[in-house]
Parts: sequence; structure tokens; C-alpha cells
Amino acid sequence: MNELYEKYIKKESLPTLFCPGCGNGIVQFAAIKAFEKLGIKDELACVSGIGCSSWIPCYFKMDVMHTMHGRALPFAEGLKLARPDKKILIFTGDGDCLAIGGNHLIHAASRNIDLTVIEINNYIYGMTGGQKSPATPEGAVTKTSPFGSYDEPIDGCSLVAAAGGTYVARWTTAHPLQLEKAIAEGIEHKGFSFIEVLTQCPVQAGNNIFGEKSPVAMMARYKEMTYIYKEGMEIPEGKVRIGRIKHDTSRKEYTDKVLQKLEEKNIKKGQSNG
Amino acid sequence: MDPEKPQKKDKKTAVLQGNEACAKAAIQAGCRFFAGYPITPSTEIIEMLSGEMQKAGGVFIQMEDEIGSACSIIGARWGGKRSMTATSGPGYTLMQEAIGFAAVTETPTVIVNVQRGGPSTGQPTMSSQQDIYQARYGSHGDYEIIVLCPSSVQEMYDFTTRAFELSEKFRTPVILLSDEVVGHMREKITMKPLPKDTGEQTRVYASSPTEDFFQGANSMVEGQLHDELGRRIGHIAPKSGEFINKICSKITDNIKEIADVEAFCMEDAEVAILAYGSVARSAMNAIKLARGIKDDRIKAKFRIVKDLFVRGVPATIQTDYSHLKVGLIKVNTVWPFPEEKIQELARNVDMVIVPEMNIGKYCREVKRALWDKTVISMPKCGGEIHSPNELLDRILEEVWCK
Repeated sequence: MNELYEKYIKKESLPTLFCPGCGNGIVQFAAIKAFEKLGIKDELACVSGIGCSSWIPCYFKMDVMHTMHGRALPFAEGLKLARPDKKILIFTGDGDCLAIGGNHLIHAASRNIDLTVIEINNYIYGMTGGQKSPATPEGAVTKTSPFGSYDEPIDGCSLVAAAGGTYVARWTTAHPLQLEKAIAEGIEHKGFSFIEVLTQCPVQAGNNIFGEKSPVAMMARYKEMTYIYKEGMEIPEGKVRIGRIKHDTSRKEYTDKVLQKLEEKNIKKGQSNG
Repeated sequence: MDPEKPQKKDKKTAVLQGNEACAKAAIQAGCRFFAGYPITPSTEIIEMLSGEMQKAGGVFIQMEDEIGSACSIIGARWGGKRSMTATSGPGYTLMQEAIGFAAVTETPTVIVNVQRGGPSTGQPTMSSQQDIYQARYGSHGDYEIIVLCPSSVQEMYDFTTRAFELSEKFRTPVILLSDEVVGHMREKITMKPLPKDTGEQTRVYASSPTEDFFQGANSMVEGQLHDELGRRIGHIAPKSGEFINKICSKITDNIKEIADVEAFCMEDAEVAILAYGSVARSAMNAIKLARGIKDDRIKAKFRIVKDLFVRGVPATIQTDYSHLKVGLIKVNTVWPFPEEKIQELARNVDMVIVPEMNIGKYCREVKRALWDKTVISMPKCGGEIHSPNELLDRILEEVWCK
């Protein structure tokens, strides 16, 4: 086993429940490499919701909370507020984060609380067998949109940027090195960080939406359908922007605001910290 | 967890509202995280703790909804802080999934439900005891839970403290099932200092990690059925069955320790009133009336009734209850159902009256436990509490008809 895997993965909980060709492994390893780069294994806890992607942290050798569908963020906010000195990483999916957990996402971003959210977008509800998600393209035929999806997809990155998140990036599983860098940046950023990763789900999305089951073909497609924005460039039509979308260090972080106010009021910070 | 040292203060008295007493007790009991969402009639708790909690060095956050509140207190508890939320009817319904999560992950936390009339938006400003079953069976799946039911401001204070003790010991969510009457009344209470913290804490738990986060224990908090290390066992039938039994029996095997049932005038009683929460107050006064126990507050009531009578309004003051040998069984821990204790206390009575501010729900459990007695349900919906005279008149009626 790769030595980084030895260090970060609980051997006894293997094998993972990911299907062959799933992109979750790529995200998992990118995250592990980011942890190693930052050297913060003991300063970090992971929280996740429900869905395939929410299983990613369950194999980590660290404190992990595998919570309720859509509710990873409020759990993480409670944990962060109880231990403002630590870093919290959240793994969530497009359905978990944008559908059932949409309200929590807006409010956590608006608070600019220091959390790092990795939203793994596979365009579909994979675990339940291929139903349409808020990220499913309009017109896509899935198990619950037999005549094509009527809904226009929700863009998580734009939503978070508009709600007040201060670090927003999007990468794909075809960009593992950039993804690793973005995760490290997100963790280091003091404020609400949101990283969307477009991943291939060859079994469900591959079958239902993209019409190709090969993970390699899907990853190649992600490379083709995306562009990295550079200042002044002409925006290519029908393509998805990847790269760092927002990085704002001017907004104050929520726990900092709280602690600062308590100091002003002469209340010892973390007077009763565990 | 490195338990936060509860603040030790000298014995103090104060006139407080039930909700305020609950907030004060939470801080006294070492609660250092409160998340909430305003809802009538529990709002005073969140209002008071928004300042008090921060002054005590704790964390307060107003969440976007009750789902968020219930989830964040669980997250905070794993961050090492004793935590609580308070809500009412509709908010309590929203919290049910998280309560199930706390039960399955064995997270100690306290949820206060100041009951109002339902269903749905129902009666926001009126009292009820309609959530008695939701408190027990609210979340999906099989689990056991501890529910405390205060009937006075003093009990609101004492039971909040006890809720934290029980939740930490049995690694379970504990529900403080108050109601609008208790939440909004003002009474003089004594705030006793907590017993000395011995530092050692016994934990009764079934099969979950118990170490807080960031202690190097690699705790895995898992909402699926899991083993001691937090690994999922939900796909293995025998292990899953065992887990469910364990998580229930950690509560049911310790009923004797958890159960708190009080008895008044039960030594020679022929008829018993079994009550909980604010209705137990009326029942207590009914017993004092029948037994001729002097109580300044009851005298005052007599005078008012007399005045009414003078003005030509018929009053029940003339009814003589003195031949009624009535006693009170007051259930403070409504769940787990203290069956044996109730059977023991009621063994000499012929008849048990169960007044409640709902359609007569708890009475079903009482009937099951006291199958060999005459158990009469006395439901009252609409938001008004049973009056002592109402209770005694009903008993008279039942005794005559017998």
C-alpha cells in the first residue's frame, strides 16, 4: 500500500464501497496529499453527510463524523464553534449539499465560518441508483426524469460566491494536482471555502446522462468541457469554468468576530474550553 | 472529554420564569454551547442564553432553523462542550431526525421542548401535553430515550441540571418536556449549588466511540449502526440486532436509577391521581383541598370563589370532598415508563385518574401497567389546565357511579 495511504487510511475498513472507476478515490487521495503537505493531521476533523461522496472521509484515520443527509454543515458549524482552534473539512455531494442541505450551505457561506467544503459533483444521485440531482443538466434522462429533466441545474460555486463564501474553486478529477492545491488552499484560507469537484460516476451518470460508461472517456470529457478563466479572455460558450473563482481575504471570519467581541467585553475567550 | 467545571455558587433564591430557570440551570450544569431558533413559547430560553452563555465563556449561535440547531449541538458535544437547544411544537418536529442521530451515535445532549398546542402551527400561545408520545417515539427506528417532565419553576431548574447528568452518564439525548404553563409562570426558586465534581464520570454506553474529537482517539461518529470503533455493521443482520438491543437496554436496564416518581398522601389513598407536568400542580392542589391540607395559595383561591358566589355565579366551593381519600402519583421521568414504580405505588388503590392536556395518551401506558385497576382517562384539549375542583368533581362522579 502507498505509504501515504498507510498513514491516513484505516486498513481495517477497506475495501471502500466505491464502484470501479469512481472518481471519489481521486478526490480522497488529493485530500490526503493536501493533509500531508500541510502537516495538519491532528488539527483536522472531517464531517460528511449522506451519499457516495460522503463515504470518502469514513476511511480516514482521524476524527470523523458521518452525519445525516444534507446536515453535514450544521454539525460542522457546531464542532467548529466548540473548537475554533481546529480545522474542519466537509465532504458532501451535489444532492447532499445543493438539494436537501441547500439552506445550510447558504447560511454557512453567509456567516463566512472557517470551514472547507468539498462538494463532489457527479451530476446524479448515485447511491440510490441514478435519479436526477440539482446538478443534473436540463433535459437529461435519469430514473426520475424519464422525459428529460425540467430543472435547470444549480451552480454551487456561483451560489456560494453570491451568498458570501470567501474561497470558491472548481476542479475536476482530471486535474488531481490542481485539486490537491485547491484543497490545501481552502483549508489554509480563514473563512468559508467551497471547492466543487466534477467527478465521473461511470455506473449511474455515465449510463444515464453522458451515454458512456468508460471513466477515462468521462474524464477526457471533463477536460474538454471546462476552461480556466484568465483575465480579459473571451468566455467560451457552453463550457464550465474551473480554477479559482473567488478568493476574498477582506471579509471577517465568524469565529474571529465572536472571539473579538468577547475580548472587547472582557470575557476570557474559551474560558471553559475542553 | 475534559468536563467543564460547573460554576459553584452559594445557595441563592430568586423569582424566575420557568424558561429563565432552565437557562440558568443549563449554565450551572456546565452547558457551554447553545444553538437555537426562536419559537413561542420557548423563546425566553434562547433570548436569555444569547447573552448569558457568552458571558459564561460559552458559545451561542442562532441557527437558520431547528434542524440546524439540533445538528450543531451534536457537533459541539463532540467538540467537547456540553450542549443544549430549546424549542416548541413545530421546531421539535424538525429536530426528530437529529434526536435519532444522537441516540444512535450515543451523543449526550439536552433538548428542551416547551410544549404548545398542535398539530402544525396549532396554538402557539397555549399550553398542552400533546408531545408526550413524540418525545418518546418521535424519531424513526427503535431507540430508548429519557424524558423529564417539570411541573414548577423549581423543577424546571432542577430537572435541567439532572438532564445534563443523565445525558452524560447514559450517553444519550435527554428531553426536558416542559409546557407553556411551566415555561411562563414565575415562582420563587432556590438555586442549589451542584454537588462536588468528583472528576470521575461513569459512562453507560452500548457500542460507540466515547472520546471527544481532537483527543487523538480517531473517533468515528457514524449514523449507521456501528461497532465500538464506529465501523458500519448495518449490512450484518445479527450484529445490527444486537446493537439495537444494546442501545435500548442501556436505558431500560437502568430504569430504577433513572425513574423519579413522587407520591403524596398515598399511604391510605383509595383513589389516586396520576399526573405529570403542569397538570400535576392542579392535582396536588386537589389533594390538598380534599385532605384539608392548609396552603396559603389555596385559601386565596377559596376567597375568589366565594366572591364569585356572592355575585350569583355558581361555584363548587360548597362541595364536600373531605370523605375522598385521594392521593397523587407524580411522574417526573415520563420515559422510560416507570412501570414497576407506578405499580408499587398504586398497589392499594382501587381507582386511578389520569388527567392530561391531550387526548389521553399517557393513560394508555398506565392502563397497561395497572391492568387490574380501574384506570380512568381524563383528557382535556384546548390549552387550559384542569382545575383542582374539576379533578375532584370527576373523582366524586366516578366514586358515586361505581
